[in-house]
Amino acid sequence: MHIVVCIKQVPDSAQIRVHPVTNTIMRQGVPTIINPYDLFALEQALQVRDHHGGEVTVLTMGPPMAEESLRKALTYGADRAILLTDRHFAGSDTLATSFALSQAIAKIGNSFGSPDIVFTGKQTIDGDTAQVGPGIAKRLDLVQLTYVAKVTSIDLRTRAITVERRSEGGTHVLKSELPCLITMLEGSNAIRRGSLDDALRAARSEIVKWNAVEAGIEDITKCGLRGSPTVVKRVFAPTPREQKAVQIDTVEKAVQDVANELVTSIFAHQPALEHELSSTRSVSR
Amino acid sequence: MTEERFDAIVVGAGMSGNAAAYTMASRGLKVLQLERGEYPGSKNVQGAILYANMLETIIPDFRDDAPLERHLVEQRFWVTDDTSHTGMHYRSDDFNEPAPNRYTIIRAQFDKWFSRKVRAAGAIVLCETTVTELALDAAGKVIGVHTDRAGSVIHADVVVLAEGVNGLLGTRARFRKVPKPEAVALAVKEMHFLPEEVINERFGLPGDQGCVIEAAGTISRGMAGLGFLYTNKESISLGIGCLVSHFAATLESPYALLDAFKNHPSIRPLLAGSEIKEYAAHLIPEGGFKAIPQLFGDGWVVVGDAAQLNNAVHREGSNLAMTSGRIAGEAIAAIKSRKHPMTSDNLSLYKAMLDKSFVLKDLRKYKDMPALLHTNSRNFFTTYPQLMSQAAQNFVRVDGTPKIEKERATTAALIKARSRWGLVSDAVRLALAWR
Repeated sequence: MHIVVCIKQVPDSAQIRVHPVTNTIMRQGVPTIINPYDLFALEQALQVRDHHGGEVTVLTMGPPMAEESLRKALTYGADRAILLTDRHFAGSDTLATSFALSQAIAKIGNSFGSPDIVFTGKQTIDGDTAQVGPGIAKRLDLVQLTYVAKVTSIDLRTRAITVERRSEGGTHVLKSELPCLITMLEGSNAIRRGSLDDALRAARSEIVKWNAVEAGIEDITKCGLRGSPTVVKRVFAPTPREQKAVQIDTVEKAVQDVANELVTSIFAHQPALEHELSSTRSVSR
Repeated sequence: MTEERFDAIVVGAGMSGNAAAYTMASRGLKVLQLERGEYPGSKNVQGAILYANMLETIIPDFRDDAPLERHLVEQRFWVTDDTSHTGMHYRSDDFNEPAPNRYTIIRAQFDKWFSRKVRAAGAIVLCETTVTELALDAAGKVIGVHTDRAGSVIHADVVVLAEGVNGLLGTRARFRKVPKPEAVALAVKEMHFLPEEVINERFGLPGDQGCVIEAAGTISRGMAGLGFLYTNKESISLGIGCLVSHFAATLESPYALLDAFKNHPSIRPLLAGSEIKEYAAHLIPEGGFKAIPQLFGDGWVVVGDAAQLNNAVHREGSNLAMTSGRIAGEAIAAIKSRKHPMTSDNLSLYKAMLDKSFVLKDLRKYKDMPALLHTNSRNFFTTYPQLMSQAAQNFVRVDGTPKIEKERATTAALIKARSRWGLVSDAVRLALAWR
C-alpha cells in the first residue's frame, strides 16, 4: 500500500526567545524541528507499512531549509520525501496550505500510486489550528478520521480500517474504509530510531523538490498570500497584569475560615461583585 | 546491509573532526563522519575564541559566511585579589584589519556552519549516531566502528578519533589512559545576554569589535585556574576553570567559584542587567606535552582534545584541534594517494607532520609548566596576586606615609610571604618552564 505523511517544520517552541526590548518573537537562530504531532503520524505510517508492506512518502511544504525535516523523516525510515517549495506559497494560511498539499498529493498519486492513507499530525505547535488535515480530506474527497489514538486493524482485501478516536466523552471505535485521511493524536506511539542503513540512505538522498507547476497546481491565485483570506493583524506578547495574585495561607486553619478569608479577599478587590451577588441572592430569596 | 566501506570514518564533529573530515573529503576521499549530537555543535559549550589563521589554512574564505560574533581588539589580563584587580590591557587598532586575527564565536552556530562545509566537500555526516565501540580484527587493527543504530559494523581503512576530551573509545580500546585529574581542568560557564548597544558602550567597543578578559588570582581560591570573560555580539560568556585534582583536594564547588567570580567587584558591573540563558560545564585538557597519548596506531589516529592537544599557557585549544585534524587528514590523504595501507608505520606520518607544526613545538616548549602550576598553585594563584594588589594599592593610595616606607613595606611583605629563597626559586622555575 502507499501511505503519504504530511509533516511540517516548525520552530522548536522550547527554544524560542522573546526579544527583551521589542517583545517580539526572535525567529532567527531558533532551531527547527519536525512538528512533534507529525512524528506520531509518521511512526504510525511506518508501522502500517512494516505490517502490510508498501511505501511511505513524506510531504512537506515550506522554505528550502525544510529539507532538513524531510531528511530526518528518511532517517526514521520513510521511503521517499518531497518538498513543496515555491515563492508563490509564501504566506499561506490553512486554506491555501491544504489546497497546495492536496494538489501535491494528487500528483504524488499519479506519479507513485494513489495513496491508501494520508496521515497528518493532530495539529502543529506553531499554528495550533488543526485545520490542514481536514482541509486536505475535504479537497481530496477522503474519509476523515481525526484525533486518532490507535489504528486497530486494516483489511486490505475488504479495504476496511478500524481506528480508535479520542473525544471528550471517551473513545470512539470507528470502522471506515480506505482511502482515508487520519490525523494522529499525541502519545499514540513513540518514533523509532532509524537503522544505520536508513540513516546512510537519508544522508545521501536527493530530496525531490517541486514548485507549484511541478506539483500540478494550475490556479496560482489559490496559493500563498493571495489564496489566504486569513490576515494576521498584530502579534504581541501579553503584558503581565499589574496586580499580583493574593495568596491565602491555609496552614492550621479550619476550612470555613479559609473560605471566609477567601471570599472577604475577593470582595475587597471586587466590590462590584459583592454588590451584584448580594442583589441576586436577595432576588432568589 | 551495511556492506560498503569508507576510506575514513571520523568520530566527532567538533573542530578537529570537522577539520579532518573536510580535509579528506576535499581531497576526494570517501568520508563518513559520525556525531552523537542532534547537530554538530549541539553538544558544544566552548567559550569560545576562534583563531583565524588556523581556519584560514583549511577554509581560506571562511569570513564570507561563517557565523562570527566579534573580532577581538582588546585583551585584558587581570590579577585579582578579593576586592581588586591589577591589570595589563592591550588594545590595538591594528586588530581592526581587513582579515582580523581572532574572533569570538558561539560554537553551536559555528560548528553547524563548519559541518555544512564538510558536507559540501562531499563527506557523509550522520548526526544522532553514537559510536559505541571500535571494531578490531584479530591482529588488533582498527577496521571500522559499531554504532548505537541497528546495523552491522561500518568498515573503513582508517578511523579518526575526534571524540573530545573524555576519549571514551580510545580509552576502551586501550589506546590511551583516562587522563589524570591533574591533567584536566573543569570549567563552568554562563552565557549572559545583554543588548548589543549595552555591551558596546560598557566595554567601549564600536561595531563588531570585541574584548576578552582573563583573570587569575584569589578567584580560584588557591587552585590552578583561570577566569574568563568573552564579549559576543549580544551576550557575554563568563566562566572559570580549575584543575580537577585541585577541586578534589579543596572540595571547592565549581558553581560557588563561578558565583564568587561573577560577584567580584571588578566583574559585577560588567554584567549588570544581564539575563542568564545557559549554564554549562566541560573538561579541558591541561596536561600539556607530557599528557599526550599515543597519537596513531594500526588503522587509527587521534586528534584534538581527545589527543589532549591544548596549550594551557596560551589558552589555545580549538586551533590545535583544527590543525591536528587538518594534518591528520593530509597525512591520511597522502598515504591513500600512494596506495599504501593505513598501518601504524605509515600513519606515523601524522605524528611526524605534527612534530614540525606549531602544535607540538608549542606544547614541547611549555612541557614543565603544568607540573609547576599544579604543585605550586597556592603561591601563584593566591600569595603573589595578593602581594601584587597590596603593592599596587601602596603605590596609588595617598595617605601621608613617606614613599620610602611604602616601598620598604612592599618588599618586606614579599619576603615575609615567600622568603628570599622562595622568591628566587619560583622566578627561576617559572623562567625555566617558560623558556
